[in-house]
Amino acid sequence: MTKEKEKKQPLPPVADWAPALALSWLVPGGGHLLLKRTGRGLLLMASITLMFLCGLMMRGAMFQPETGDLLTTLINVGGFVGDVASGILYLLSQWLGYAQPDMAGAVHDYGTKFLVTAGLLNILAMVDTFEIAVRRKD
Amino acid sequence: MPKMTLSHFEASVLFALFVSVVLGVVTKRTDRDRLHYGIYTFVCFIVALVGLGWLMYLGHG
Repeated sequence: MTKEKEKKQPLPPVADWAPALALSWLVPGGGHLLLKRTGRGLLLMASITLMFLCGLMMRGAMFQPETGDLLTTLINVGGFVGDVASGILYLLSQWLGYAQPDMAGAVHDYGTKFLVTAGLLNILAMVDTFEIAVRRKD
Repeated sequence: MPKMTLSHFEASVLFALFVSVVLGVVTKRTDRDRLHYGIYTFVCFIVALVGLGWLMYLGHG
């Protein structure tokens, strides 16, 4: 049985995929919409946006990029990256003055996790957009 | 912005739903596989949620 080796395709020019990737970060699902994957784009947009809004309504806290010992740095910088990855949702919430302090309580804690997870899911959507844009995926 | 107060169970189910949709959309190559994977992931979340809930209940004594 012969096993075909998958040849690595050269990456298309940056101009082919960078706009879709940037839009995908800024507007969750936007990259898919730009690449005419409307159904998937709308699903991603709805899921990520609703998750972020639920996080806000549960009064979750946004992370600040604070440093200190390894664990503090990892949690705060990682959480900050997760928050920022939501794109326009994060930017709008900051511009409109959302500044919920970190409070004790299960609902607040879930809210914080919802906010970070929305950003992390958007990173997955960005990777998917990139793969579609460079034609590794339909 | 209205305030949302959910129980642990409601928040976890909502979390599972959103994550399952995104994982289903981004991981597979056909719509059929996407739907199956999304449902599979959601069911796994719920099984883990109920299982861990019972484990904590029984462990608590």
